[in-house]
Amino acid sequence: MAHEEKKLKLYSYWRSSCSCRIRIALNLKGLEYQYIPVNLLKGEQFSPEFQKLNPIGYVPVLVDGDIVISDSFAIFMYLEEKYPQHPLLPSDLQKKALNFQAANIVCSSIQPLQNLAKYIEEKASPDEKIPWAKRHIEKGFEALEKLLKDHAGIYATGDEVFMADLFLAPQVHAGIKRFNVDMAKFPLLSRLNEAYSELPHFQNAMPENQPDSPSAWGTC
Amino acid sequence: MAPKDGGEASSKLVLYSYWQSSCSWRVRFALNLKGLSYEYKAVNLAKGEQFTPEFEKLNPLHFVPVLVDGDVVVSDSYAILMYLEEKYPQRTLLPADPQQKALNLQVASIISSSIQPLLMLSILKYLEEKVGLEERLLFVQTNIEKGFLALEKLLKDFVGKYATGEEVYMADVFMAPQIAVATERFKIDMSKFPTLSRIYESQRALPEFLAASPERQPDAVH
Repeated sequence: MAHEEKKLKLYSYWRSSCSCRIRIALNLKGLEYQYIPVNLLKGEQFSPEFQKLNPIGYVPVLVDGDIVISDSFAIFMYLEEKYPQHPLLPSDLQKKALNFQAANIVCSSIQPLQNLAKYIEEKASPDEKIPWAKRHIEKGFEALEKLLKDHAGIYATGDEVFMADLFLAPQVHAGIKRFNVDMAKFPLLSRLNEAYSELPHFQNAMPENQPDSPSAWGTC
Repeated sequence: MAPKDGGEASSKLVLYSYWQSSCSWRVRFALNLKGLSYEYKAVNLAKGEQFTPEFEKLNPLHFVPVLVDGDVVVSDSYAILMYLEEKYPQRTLLPADPQQKALNLQVASIISSSIQPLLMLSILKYLEEKVGLEERLLFVQTNIEKGFLALEKLLKDFVGKYATGEEVYMADVFMAPQIAVATERFKIDMSKFPTLSRIYESQRALPEFLAASPERQPDAVH
């Protein structure tokens, strides 16, 4: 039993918020998986093996038997369909759309722009790096506050955990830990963050609890 | 549009769109593929109409497109497309096979997260200010080419007439407007991407794509 190979493999980096989303999903669905670290700072995403799995060089990548899926949105939808236990999308179409919107605010309007921080540091100036990241995170958080205020319950879109929560939690965590975002401006997201901190499936997925997490957060 | 009979909620789809927005183009393309007629409501981004209180109620992120379907309001092109796919399953845009479906979603994400957001005017203007015009141009080229190279590698084992086979799917809906913008607005040299070029030739021949193109929209400025 101890050496039974786990069917699911997740290529992940401890600090990757995109990987964190999927780690939460796997936890919630009770799916065991083999954690395969890809050290982004060391450039392991450019190895020929990893490039074969995902030519854009991003984590996470999920391997399920013969199936290889990259991109957290695509992986999420795959898991939701293949492993329908603990559904992570509501059946109501408006609510479902709301979850996709919130997820995409994170995936398209916050995370990729935040990730340009290193480029800004190199090409503009080191002083611009954190302000750049903060600005885009805060703009996205403002939009999320407005989007969710009439719909949130205990969690982002009601009283159950859904997709929006999986995308929000890692982004809020990163905003706080890495970029010193002032959460006082975002009362709803602050409240949600508190709610997520009480959920073991969320906390076990957080960066500091991953096999490849160093003892300290280190530099951005 | 002719006013509806008094008291009856309109059952027609309404799309808030800007002619040049590639995100709006995706949704226009999909609506055409699904044979869905809709009322076009122009939001003039150049004049800042996305910042009016009325529009902010529809989308607090001030982006187009926004779809209104009776009582349902959906913003964000990806969310709109997923909504349309479920509500109007005719001419399905996602294959049933899980690997193929995931591939289409991955292509959509590469475009909507890794390429398009980096090309927004507000981002480029900021960059030009901070790093200069030449670096801005290099930034654009590098990021588009990085994304396109990834798509080139990703799709080469799956491509058919279209991105992921012989049918038009979600990957094509995202790709075609992005390639159009990359070539026309940013002058990217597509000869480096033979697979994408070939697919694009098929996509741009589709009447549904052409009818969705910027120049054909009611708010196009010629």
